[in-house]
Amino acid sequence: MNAEHKSSDSQASISASISMRRVGAMTLRYWYLLRSSWPRLLDLVYWPAVQMLMWGFLQNYIGQNAGFFARAGGTFIGAVLLWDILFRGQLGFSISFLEEMWSRNLANLMMSPLKPIEFILSMMIMSLVRLAIGMVPVTILAIAFFGFNLYGLGFALAAFFANLILTSWAIGIFVSGVVMRNGLGAENLAWTIMFVFLPLTCVYYPVATLPGWLQMIAWLLPPTYVFEGMRALLIDQVFRADLMLQAFAINVVLFVAAVVSFLALLKSARRQGSLLQTGE
Amino acid sequence: MPASAAVAVDRLVKVYKGGMAVAGVSFSLASGSVTGLLGGNGAGKTTTIAMIMGLVEPTSGSVSVLGAEMPRQRHRVLQRMNFESPYVEMPMRLTVRQNLTVFARLYDVDDVAARIAELAAELDLVDLLDRPSGKLSAGQKTRVSLAKALLNAPELLLLDEPTASLDPDTADWVRSRLERYRAERGATILLASHNMNEVERLCERVIIMKKGLIEDDASPGELLARYGRRTLEEVFLDVARGRGEAREAAQ
Repeated sequence: MNAEHKSSDSQASISASISMRRVGAMTLRYWYLLRSSWPRLLDLVYWPAVQMLMWGFLQNYIGQNAGFFARAGGTFIGAVLLWDILFRGQLGFSISFLEEMWSRNLANLMMSPLKPIEFILSMMIMSLVRLAIGMVPVTILAIAFFGFNLYGLGFALAAFFANLILTSWAIGIFVSGVVMRNGLGAENLAWTIMFVFLPLTCVYYPVATLPGWLQMIAWLLPPTYVFEGMRALLIDQVFRADLMLQAFAINVVLFVAAVVSFLALLKSARRQGSLLQTGE
Repeated sequence: MPASAAVAVDRLVKVYKGGMAVAGVSFSLASGSVTGLLGGNGAGKTTTIAMIMGLVEPTSGSVSVLGAEMPRQRHRVLQRMNFESPYVEMPMRLTVRQNLTVFARLYDVDDVAARIAELAAELDLVDLLDRPSGKLSAGQKTRVSLAKALLNAPELLLLDEPTASLDPDTADWVRSRLERYRAERGATILLASHNMNEVERLCERVIIMKKGLIEDDASPGELLARYGRRTLEEVFLDVARGRGEAREAAQ
């Protein structure tokens, strides 16, 4: 490598810094998009509210007829609210990416100075915005209908939320990479991939319910620790910090793996010419 | 690469699963020049431009843009170039102003509102600024795409069929704006087009591609003389139908 190349590389590494202005520009773009359509805003609240109400009433019914469930007040509602953080977090991320595919704007972005990490950061921010719009009204409904105050979990809620949102971003980043590489034919993955986690992460039942071999797989997934931790808190009134730390450690590995995959899929997309052909 | 070259392409090859799109092309573009890239469908024009932009990675060969190797060092120069194509759309539900604002910030334009106002006046977009981009006509969309491409006053402007599907009046208007921009900014322009009148009017040099290779490379005047034709369209047809090869064989 000659001196000129070395100089170019060092300039390239300097230019690898993140521009918050570009992150802000992309966040603004998604915000414009979101506020331009009231049905989309309504959709953010509608399904989480329906889910929460259904599970809340089911919990009330079972609680009236079984002593254990009467003691375990709020586990179903808590589970459905935490599940929605995981599911909606990933969807919020992936939808921002899909918007670029649907509007055939990816080439415009990829030849602008926007860096992949800035693109990812903006979608992470929008996932939080979408989550807040969808979940805050639903958590208030849970208090009004069932007296279940998610915010009453205090610090534990922060730990649950941090772990769930990290997992949702990791999955969102990976799925976006797959869609970028393979086109909109892979779009369904964005809508359905999280449902694999529903039985495996034991959202509504203890891990011990699973057969032994499946339990091993379940413990590889950070949300399993969160849902187990939530049950420990609501049923036994114990905050399991150990579970949260283990979940966080796995999340760090998952997140790094997702970003590396996204960059590898982007490189592959450049090789295959997929950035120009964003259809199916 | 010559010191004054804005773009240098060296033995560029791109092979997709479906076959070879670009089969080894080399050329350089002098700073401030306007070059037309001609060729039939599947000749390799769009793939060549995409490799210059860093959107597609070459199978072999190299591309240097404003001194940076593409795509590896693209972030050094992407702020100094831009691109316009009717086949790459602006987000439809955003208004024109919102779209231009987002892209102006992406390109780190200093005074976003002032730059948008300046371009809107220049490209006759003032009345369209608050309309959703998806509700514009083809001609209006082209003007908006052109505004997006000029937001950062690029030193290198890549245009892929900038006047495709436009009526003659709007197409002429777009060409005038491009001529003016080049004269004012001294920008290097590479233009892929099927419109021979456009190429004759705007370009001082024409590269003709066929089956992934450069078939000819000269000024419009030289091409007309070389093929003994009166228009570039006739030259294009000669090349497309292999008459150029026949003529060379006869000579």
